[in-house]
Amino acid sequence: MTEIRSQDLGERIRENQQEKFSDSLKPATRNPQPATSLKTDQMFVNLGPQHPSTHGVLRLALTLDGEVIIRAEPDVGYLHRGTEKLSEVRGYHHCVVMTDRWDYVSAMPNNLVFCLASEKLLNLQVPERAEYLRVIMCELNRLASHLLFFGTYGIDIGAFTPFLHAFREREMVLDLFEMVCGARMTFNYIRIGGVAQDLPQSWIEKCKEFLGYFKFRLKEYDDLLSFNPIFMDRTKNVGLITPRQAVDWGLSGPNIRGSGVPYDVRKTDPYSVYGKLDFEVCVGESGSCWDRYYVRMREMAQSVRLVEHCLNALPSGDIVAKGVAKMPKPMPGEAYAHVEGSRGDLGIYLVSDGSFSPYRMHVRAPSYINLAILQEALVGLKVSDMIAVLGSIDIVLGEVDR
Amino acid sequence: MAEATTAAPSPAPAPKPANVTSPEKAVLSVTRQVFMTHTQGTLLANRQWPTDMWRNVWDSFSYRRGAMVLGAIIVGLTAFGFLVGEFGETIQFFHRNYLLWAASEFPVMPSWPAEALWILVKGVIVLHIILINGLFLVWWERKISAHMQSRLGPIFVGGWHGWLQTLADGIKLLLKEDAAPSDRDHFLHALAPALVFVPILLCFAPVPFGRELAAANLDIGVLYVFACSGISVLGIVLAGWASANKYSLLGGLRSAAQLVSYELPRAFSIAPVVALAGSLSLTKVVAAQEGYWFGVIPKWFIFYPVVGQISFIIFLIASVAETNRVPFDIPEAESELVAGFHTEYSGMKFALFFLTEYGYVFLASALLSTFFMGGGAAPLPFLSVLPSWFWFVGKTMFFAFCFLWFRWTFPRFRVDRLMDFNWKFLLPWSFANLLFVAPYLYL
Repeated sequence: MTEIRSQDLGERIRENQQEKFSDSLKPATRNPQPATSLKTDQMFVNLGPQHPSTHGVLRLALTLDGEVIIRAEPDVGYLHRGTEKLSEVRGYHHCVVMTDRWDYVSAMPNNLVFCLASEKLLNLQVPERAEYLRVIMCELNRLASHLLFFGTYGIDIGAFTPFLHAFREREMVLDLFEMVCGARMTFNYIRIGGVAQDLPQSWIEKCKEFLGYFKFRLKEYDDLLSFNPIFMDRTKNVGLITPRQAVDWGLSGPNIRGSGVPYDVRKTDPYSVYGKLDFEVCVGESGSCWDRYYVRMREMAQSVRLVEHCLNALPSGDIVAKGVAKMPKPMPGEAYAHVEGSRGDLGIYLVSDGSFSPYRMHVRAPSYINLAILQEALVGLKVSDMIAVLGSIDIVLGEVDR
Repeated sequence: MAEATTAAPSPAPAPKPANVTSPEKAVLSVTRQVFMTHTQGTLLANRQWPTDMWRNVWDSFSYRRGAMVLGAIIVGLTAFGFLVGEFGETIQFFHRNYLLWAASEFPVMPSWPAEALWILVKGVIVLHIILINGLFLVWWERKISAHMQSRLGPIFVGGWHGWLQTLADGIKLLLKEDAAPSDRDHFLHALAPALVFVPILLCFAPVPFGRELAAANLDIGVLYVFACSGISVLGIVLAGWASANKYSLLGGLRSAAQLVSYELPRAFSIAPVVALAGSLSLTKVVAAQEGYWFGVIPKWFIFYPVVGQISFIIFLIASVAETNRVPFDIPEAESELVAGFHTEYSGMKFALFFLTEYGYVFLASALLSTFFMGGGAAPLPFLSVLPSWFWFVGKTMFFAFCFLWFRWTFPRFRVDRLMDFNWKFLLPWSFANLLFVAPYLYL
């Protein structure tokens, strides 16, 4: 977990480890106190894997001094299913099914990134209508994912009502997905060479109805939670991540944008038809929890804009590329594709040895890499701030462990 | 759903309803036909979107019916209050006459049965108000929170909107195994729920539920209520300590700090009220608020310029903190401490903690209406045809609703900000308020 990316960070970690050593030998050296004062001790708390606000099966090994965290170690692997290894014995089309299970909250970008990499290997030209459909689905899925974040983050901070308000709208997105592909969670909609099915009848009207409705709900969310004084008090100036730190730890997605680094794969390395679309990259100011939160809220407005744009510009034509084999067999080679998933820079590295299944698949899972910063960002915070920071990083354990 | 998708694609899409008489039917038919798959099979046939339902809510029959039921409840309660009248006084009339008779020249019976009966009647009323109200406040909270969150809440048990749900839950909790950690402190673990629960019963003794409707008319009622409710802190700390659980311990420590701190501004915010009323007796505090300025504005303490409003707000905030509810539910912050001090409690012991919380909500609401809203006084002179207990319960219920409202709207404070807010904001203002009340005492 501890990857040393820079000099100062390495020093910090070494210091931390030295402290660990001295702590284990002499527990009281950390806060030298006169002999007459009360005897204090550190407390070790296992936060998770069965804890309500770790969003799954994350285990955080915390060492507390009172309520202040002096050491935090994220422990992952409770949800490991080995999809990377499994892909080595499956055909390319079969691997798309497994991608749904990484980040089950936003599965469309997972589908997309695998298909992009496979299409690079197979040299396929995707029809334009399929590209637009992919963008629409990915952006709708970003809405669904950010809505889930909005709701659960409210619960983390103690506000329960926003959760169900968010889910009311999320249901509508899922209904739209259900109309398109019959599934609400594991879609398997984006396929190698295009998409699985064309839009059903009256889907576009229904989607526009949803978008028109949703714009006003965004305002409601701001009233309910974003600018609530208590909420801002809990999240502003808490869990600050400097731009340098964010780059050092390899953050991506709303987390790095919250720190003020305008890194968005859709802009920096446009894939699909994002190069033709007009949207702005939302950037936070101080890198606090509130900034990361509000970047996501503003991204929802951008996603609405993108979907509207795509619906208006949707061309007619094929939805699948010509000549996609039932069992594709690419030439030996390797390909890397990455997309801006709901949680960050989701990349996939495929190596083909010329057989029916990939020789090696590696996933650059944004949640996993974003999670690593916790061991530095949590130190010195209170337990309640820990919840705020962990929530604002927005991890999905399915993607962390794969 | 599988059936629907594989259904034959024969039926053509239904035509849009052109001129349907009932708008509700129109909404339904639009909804039903919109969700179509590309094979023309119906999918999601009875799924309604908020956009469908909110087009015109008054078109919906259930919405109109709900409004009518709400109106009927208000009218019915008012009529009930008008018909039943001041039963407190009626009972006391018999009581006094019996005492006169017993003390008369030919006493057939001694006077102690009447005294005992009288105390029993008052005790039963108070106990029922706490316990039965606890049951219904839980149901009420679940329904209100559900409707705030576009849910339905309990709907089945008891027939009408799940009104017996809490009773069913209570029976379940009674029958549940009392699971507890093996390395707990056995005695303290069992003592803690009792220590939390008993004070809330005692606290209600001097609260006047209407004219003459106090179980014990204490001269130091205000002091007594604050003293009794302070005991509960001990139980919470003990629960945190005895559970042998780190989360419980943190919750217990947090609540000790929080409850002790917030008792200060809470007590100080009442000082101006006590000074204006000239008595620590709750009944006299209510009596001091009778009457109207210009025959319209009631002489409630909340309407005293500046001092009344400051006191009211400080007392309201401190009361929410005292009852451990959002936004001050730090001791049981579920996202951090699982369930805080009652993590390791189950069955009826847990239910006692739960019931206590609602008891304190009701107590805080009752005190708010006693101290600031004139207790049983009617808001307008002509409305005093309704009995005092009706107004008292109505005001109390309103404040109880406010507590629920806060809970389902606000996020939670952070524990250190909570302390800052208390010591740096509430307490100084409650002191300043003592200065503001001085001119009133010289007028």
